[in-house]
Amino acid sequence: MSVSHPESGNGLTVESAIANLSHPDTSLRYYAAWWLGKFRIGSADAVAALIEALQDEDDRTELGGYPLRRNAARALGKIGDPQAVPALLECLNCEDYYVRESAAQALGEIGDRSAIPPLQTLLAGGVEAAQQVPGRPHLTQPYEAVLEALGKLQANDAIAAIEPFINHFLPRIQYAAARAMYQLTHEPSYAQYLVDALTGNDVQLRRSALLDLGATGYLPATEAIAQAKVENSFKLISLKNLLAAEIQASDDFSSPRANQIMDWMDALL
Amino acid sequence: MTIQELIQAVEEATTPDSLVQAVRSLAATRDPKSIPTLIDVLGYNNPGAAIAAVEGLTNIGTAAVQPILEKIDGYNYGARAYSIRALAAIADPAAFEVLLQAAATDFSPSVRRAAAKGMGRLHWEKMPPTGVSAAQSQAVGTLLELTQAEDWSIRYAAVVGLEGLARALGEELTSEQEAIRHRLQALYQQDAEVAVRARAHQALQVAPACLGT
Repeated sequence: MSVSHPESGNGLTVESAIANLSHPDTSLRYYAAWWLGKFRIGSADAVAALIEALQDEDDRTELGGYPLRRNAARALGKIGDPQAVPALLECLNCEDYYVRESAAQALGEIGDRSAIPPLQTLLAGGVEAAQQVPGRPHLTQPYEAVLEALGKLQANDAIAAIEPFINHFLPRIQYAAARAMYQLTHEPSYAQYLVDALTGNDVQLRRSALLDLGATGYLPATEAIAQAKVENSFKLISLKNLLAAEIQASDDFSSPRANQIMDWMDALL
Repeated sequence: MTIQELIQAVEEATTPDSLVQAVRSLAATRDPKSIPTLIDVLGYNNPGAAIAAVEGLTNIGTAAVQPILEKIDGYNYGARAYSIRALAAIADPAAFEVLLQAAATDFSPSVRRAAAKGMGRLHWEKMPPTGVSAAQSQAVGTLLELTQAEDWSIRYAAVVGLEGLARALGEELTSEQEAIRHRLQALYQQDAEVAVRARAHQALQVAPACLGT
């Protein structure tokens, strides 16, 4: 099978991309992993090759990171094959923060609930342990990704572990916790927390809250999202997710609420 | 304040908020003399001010079209998106060629979305009648291609544009309308994004007379 696409680049086919995952040139490996995820190539041999790439030892950064593992984990998340779950769970123990982050995101996307307990272990030590790593631009664990994944996976047993992160010192982590808490409890105050964040002073945080709100599917936020001081592209993504949630909940492509969300989206084009 | 003073207030605004206020006051005059200043504001990288300027230009209407067309910024896609939004909202067919080209070839999704939507809602009756049918066919062709875009938001905007064109084509069923209907049905049934499916479904529902559904 060959995928023809204007952006497929480097003339890759599914076969050559899979072959390139073990190419001597590690940059080609890296690109091939991205490519397979981008086009969601879910064939058995693509998934097997990507799972193998999660163990790669050849492609290393100066700080000891594993770029190919990161990309392979992201690709497996996009492809969504549950066969990747055991290997991704092992990645949660990888010394590279970004591999752990990519694996947590991928596990959330794949949606296999057996990932809940291992993901939850990354929250061990609670908010107190969730500190900045000296000299690095990240915390000790990929808390944002873990919280979001636990919300997606409907990890009701993790509520007590998640809730305290609403008080984390980083707003992004607070939002991820609020988002997960709303998904798990459907308690409007958690979604309202994100609505309130839309009026904050920092545009990056407004974007972040906007995208989190979209993921909650909290319909009363529609108007606040449409009118937030954020670029239309972000609002459209957020409303698109709300619309998908509404359609899933109502099982109706043209419920009054769905039509209303689309009116807002049309106005933002 | 006179129009000159209002223009001066925009040019001399020192904070983002005072700029927004000054642009709003100038836009409220609906005076054609404000056009060049309002167009300049589109490039100031102040979204609040740009939105107020787009509104002002839209309210002035046709008189603003040529000046906007002459000053479209090829190097600033943010400004370009606001220009295209203003042209789309004014809906004067003098902007047809520019909208068509923006929808088909601009690299910026925000520009392409605005142009796709705009092409569906032009005031075709203001176009010389001999050119309308060819222009509408071109618009349909371009929008049908855009429904294949990789970016879902461009596909969504293409659906909005096609719905508008289906209406503009009237109730006598044309081959363009048949092509639109087929494409919308395919999008409704199999697009990867639920939002695009829903919008295609909505278009099929509201425009049945124009689509023979």
